[in-house]
Amino acid sequence: MKTSIASLLLGTALAVTTAGAAFAQDKTVKIGALSDQSGLYADLGGPGSTLAAQMAVEDSGLAAKGWKIDIISGDHQNKPDIGTAIARQWFDVDKVDVIVDVPNSGVALAVNNVVKEKNGVYVNSGAATSDLTNAQCSPNTVHWTYDTYMLAHTTGQALVKAGGDTWFFLTADYAFGAALERDTTAVIAANGGKVVGGVKHPLNTPDFSSFLLQAQASKAKIIGLANAGGDTTNAIKQAAEFGIVKGGQKLAALLLFLTDVKAIGLETAQGLNFTETFYWDLNDQTRAFSKKFSEKMKNGAMPTMVQAGVYAGVRHYLKALEALGGNPHDGVKVVEKMKSMPTEDDLFGKGEIQPNGRTIHSAYLFEVKKPSESKGPWDFYKLVGTVPGDQAFTPLSESKCALLKK
Amino acid sequence: MQALYAQLLVGLINGSFYALLSLGLAVIFGMLNIINFAHGALYMMGAFVAYFLLNLGGINYWWALLLAPIIVGIFGMILERTMLKFLTGLDHLYGLLLTFGIALIVQGVFQNYFGSSGLPYAIPDQLKGGMNLGFMFLPVYRGWVVIFSLVVCLATWFLIEKTRLGAYLRAATENPTLVRAFGINVPRMITLTYGLGVGLAALAGVLSAPINQVRPLMGADLIIVVFAVVVIGGMGSIMGSIITGFALGVIEGLTKYFYPEASNTVVFVLMVLVLLVKPTGLTGRAA
Repeated sequence: MKTSIASLLLGTALAVTTAGAAFAQDKTVKIGALSDQSGLYADLGGPGSTLAAQMAVEDSGLAAKGWKIDIISGDHQNKPDIGTAIARQWFDVDKVDVIVDVPNSGVALAVNNVVKEKNGVYVNSGAATSDLTNAQCSPNTVHWTYDTYMLAHTTGQALVKAGGDTWFFLTADYAFGAALERDTTAVIAANGGKVVGGVKHPLNTPDFSSFLLQAQASKAKIIGLANAGGDTTNAIKQAAEFGIVKGGQKLAALLLFLTDVKAIGLETAQGLNFTETFYWDLNDQTRAFSKKFSEKMKNGAMPTMVQAGVYAGVRHYLKALEALGGNPHDGVKVVEKMKSMPTEDDLFGKGEIQPNGRTIHSAYLFEVKKPSESKGPWDFYKLVGTVPGDQAFTPLSESKCALLKK
Repeated sequence: MQALYAQLLVGLINGSFYALLSLGLAVIFGMLNIINFAHGALYMMGAFVAYFLLNLGGINYWWALLLAPIIVGIFGMILERTMLKFLTGLDHLYGLLLTFGIALIVQGVFQNYFGSSGLPYAIPDQLKGGMNLGFMFLPVYRGWVVIFSLVVCLATWFLIEKTRLGAYLRAATENPTLVRAFGINVPRMITLTYGLGVGLAALAGVLSAPINQVRPLMGADLIIVVFAVVVIGGMGSIMGSIITGFALGVIEGLTKYFYPEASNTVVFVLMVLVLLVKPTGLTGRAA
């Protein structure tokens, strides 16, 4: 027993000294893309997010400068326990430095704690909950792409101002739905509107007819869909079937992705208003990236904003490592470096990472085109307006993040 | 009160799918003694076949209702002839594992090529629109689903319980050797029966294509509930599975109204209660 403890100590001491020696030149990085690989969020993140991370590594050009960067991927199956188990294994056994993507707010918040405990880096793009950079913010976390505050203050606000002052919510019954409903309700109240009712439905509900009937009976002007992915597409499709839009009520798809619109079809989706921070057809740079991306996808899909966020996040992470001259394998240190550098990439343009970890970039209000206006298999959106980043995301004065109190 | 009527009707619509699917499972279990876990994948294939017929062949919904069950049924019969038949007489577990594996492979292949969000399939023109029933707005298509599946369920029940062919089938399950002695080709009958059960799943798939997305996982999401329905109704009972299918749809619909958070667990709670009180299911015979 004594000898084994002694050898353990010796081993640790050796490990510490070698780690210290390697510190300056260590140019190995391991990226873990954790996502829903086969469920209802797999198309908006999933294998496409892993591909985006790979493209970011290729485009960084670090391989030519002697860096060795590996990517592994994992399937959290939308279950927080599985997500945290994978994250722990990645840090403890596989020596992963950074976890990217992680859609599903429930899983994302759970993984957030693991990354902090293990002092890794967390570049989240897939999750919506604004808590990641607010009440539950962490010095190891950067949140790219979007959050519930942004969705509420863009789509939500636009609809209330256009006269939609009574709301009924269909809310996915987990952390994400609750956060989106909470943030949107605050916006509705602030603009003089009222929430007249709501239903919390289980995640991954195939049939919405019961809930839609309740929404119809509520006579609310706006039916707010605080859900995502397959839940949103089912709700929109079935709302059309039950004549809800024809009956004068308006659907608010608070969170809608490109792949969702594809799945619903323009015939049913036309006229929906919603917000995204990336669309493949925004400008020459986004078109070039998306074309490359689409050619590598099995079903030829264009990138969603989540996948674009993974690309941009990994690019920025690698830039920070390059600026540090090596990988310190110290999450807090890398994230501090990431925050100190302005963000700039082809997909989101110029921006910054706030002290709470929130990445600030522009958001765009879109409307789904009519079938007659669409010129190609992925030509879906009309740009209606642009919201500058500082108006779209939580102002630092309103953030409850502990990192801000110094 | 009005809202309650509406929920009852909506429950009946979902019940139609449960009934059609659990009926197919009951037929297969009753005649072949196989717990067909591939049922959900075959239901999904029915929807995809309808989608391909429309988008590649320009063949409309009505023909798909006829053709998709035949095409998927043939696929099922090939499965039976090449794999399932070797499991005759073995423990149920083998059939369950084999069909579960088949389901995973089929779903994986579809997911690889079509992603997880699915493809749109429009409601046929003749069934578009809806009626105002006073207490609710009923889409014509949903009304059609209830009536059509009721007719199909009853026809299947009649075929198996009341016709000569059905009598042969039931006899072949009881004592295949004796039935063979009468000059009846039992293996062929078994293959056709599996084809029939699979065809019913594909038919449900076509029916649901315009309502739900045509998605690779549409069957995986449903099949667990359908198995609970079969367990509650009693494995192998034809009428039991039809009635339980519709009844559980209604109960689920009511839960969605009174306590929506529990709507996808209520069926399993009922299953536990039934198993505790009557392990063979409500209408089941002892195994």
